[in-house]
Amino acid sequence: MTDGLLDRYQEIVGVDVINNLRQLAEPLRGAKVVHVNSTRDGGGVAEILHRMIPLKQELGLEPSWEVIVGDEEFYQCTKYMHNTLQGNRFEIPNPLLRRYEEINQDNAERLREHLEEADFVFIHDPQPAPMLNLCTGRRGKWIWRCHIDVSRPYRPVWKYLRGYVEPYDASIWSLAEFAQPLHHPLYLIRPSIDPLSEKNIELQDSELEEVVERFGLDPDRPIIVQVSRFDRFKDPLGVIQAFRLAKAFTPLQLVLAGGGATDDPEGEEVVAEARAAAMDEPDIHILLLPSDAHRTINGLQRISDIVVQKSTKEGFGLTVTEAMWKGKPVIGGEVGGIRLQVHDHHTGFLVNTPEGAALRIRYLLTHRDKLQEMGQKAQQFVMENFLITRHVREYLTLMVAILRGTQERIELYDSP
Amino acid sequence: MPSATKPKKRSKSFELQDCVIAAIATGKRAQNLRELRNHLLTIHPESIYYHFWGGLLRPSFDDPEYQNDFAVWAYHGLNDRFLAERLALIDPTEFANMEGLRRELIEVIEERLDENELVPWSSAHQQFHFIRSQIVVFDTRLRLTKPEQLKEYIAHLTVGSIFYHFVDARRRTAHKNDDFSEWLMGFGDTYDELLDQIASLDPYFKSLTELRSQLGEIFKEYM
Repeated sequence: MTDGLLDRYQEIVGVDVINNLRQLAEPLRGAKVVHVNSTRDGGGVAEILHRMIPLKQELGLEPSWEVIVGDEEFYQCTKYMHNTLQGNRFEIPNPLLRRYEEINQDNAERLREHLEEADFVFIHDPQPAPMLNLCTGRRGKWIWRCHIDVSRPYRPVWKYLRGYVEPYDASIWSLAEFAQPLHHPLYLIRPSIDPLSEKNIELQDSELEEVVERFGLDPDRPIIVQVSRFDRFKDPLGVIQAFRLAKAFTPLQLVLAGGGATDDPEGEEVVAEARAAAMDEPDIHILLLPSDAHRTINGLQRISDIVVQKSTKEGFGLTVTEAMWKGKPVIGGEVGGIRLQVHDHHTGFLVNTPEGAALRIRYLLTHRDKLQEMGQKAQQFVMENFLITRHVREYLTLMVAILRGTQERIELYDSP
Repeated sequence: MPSATKPKKRSKSFELQDCVIAAIATGKRAQNLRELRNHLLTIHPESIYYHFWGGLLRPSFDDPEYQNDFAVWAYHGLNDRFLAERLALIDPTEFANMEGLRRELIEVIEERLDENELVPWSSAHQQFHFIRSQIVVFDTRLRLTKPEQLKEYIAHLTVGSIFYHFVDARRRTAHKNDDFSEWLMGFGDTYDELLDQIASLDPYFKSLTELRSQLGEIFKEYM
């Protein structure tokens, strides 16, 4: 049931924001909008779509969500694509590319009628990108949504994919830095978090106490948390080093929490490296959590004093957004989308070294008033800029705008 | 499905509008000051507009170090404080159109290029990305028939609405003015003192929430 979903968001973001959405959605009433991606569960795209579809529906649009179905070879190919578009140099074997094309062809047979009659089709990421060319009877506007950082792609793979995405009416990118020039408008829409999801809802004190107890943490000493996959770009060793430097001056506990290591050989290596660096130090807690441990992650972020995201390379960094939403100042690496969220002395600190992170940890723990103030500012900043309501507003704006082509000014008035 | 745009009806009532800015990457980027200058020669005027005014509707804090994106990049990307200060001093409200503003920007940058033997450059991660804006204006259906209603409604306007009526208005109204003033001028000299007070608000150095609250105070005092 979607009844009342807007009311629930209104309790969080206020009536003006929701009215704004209703007004913007008015000219799109009845528009058939189809989203296509490659998974219904797991991953940020699916998380957003699960909430965005009912929201659009409540706003009077007719949204639907289709998932393309592939086989092992197809997913192998799209995984290679994902990695190479983010910069890894690797030649994708031709048979895999042919399988990618065949699977898209199969899915197009199944979805063609639905996609061709839609007013708007949003194709998410490279997996279903060839769909546009396969729906020659399409009548609506087609938009390719790229969720990944394609700022420095492995060129042969980008060249291959570009052939599929160039004919779209527009594309959407999370940051200008991530975009590649194409012959259509490149809209910039930042991702968002959902304040009503398990990962972000308010938790009872009893649940937080249970989390402290479950992981053997001491509630009387400060807790520093970094939540992220065990990936070298997230610099877990740098976080451990920063923790040690800060702990020499102030009592401290560190939680490094992440998941997905079991099926990721590199992840296992990074966990092993982190464990070796921790040297059985009892105040360093390395937690491998299942991918659906949303409430646990929520709890860990909430029991922390400071959240760290000391990445050396980062997409947008939604774990930063999640922490800020929980009123925590964030000490983050000065990279990618973290720079848009963490503002020195306002919502946290940007750092480049373990030493920098240690210094800021010490500063915040000895200036509790600042820590509190920055946490509140961080939460307000997310409220105004990075919640799903803003994300929906930008999608609606894009849909309205795209109907008018490249006009710089679009004025909407009521129908006569 | 989407309804068609029709010409805006002019009436004596004040039609409260709201707006949203869509940001569009141009794909053009600069890694050094000369590249920035070269792109500025041809970049879409809406890109210059976006980099001067778009910050008002983007995530930011009330007191940014510099008011326009070019100055911010000169400081953070190029580490050139001299240039940052000079670029920050350019006030877009002083220019009748984007072409005038473009010329002034290029002038300041060329002067700095002349002063330096080496062209200031940034790291690959701190390049300047040219973005342009597309503004979508929509009707809130609220109509004010008497100026006195402004004091009641102003506090409830969204920042998008303040942007549309107080900032965007300056490039579409007959007197290059804000919409509130344009409307009040239609009542003869009744609101002259109020008009002076509104004119004293500088939109370039204030956030939209600050503008809204100061407009509210002015309307309360004079009505």
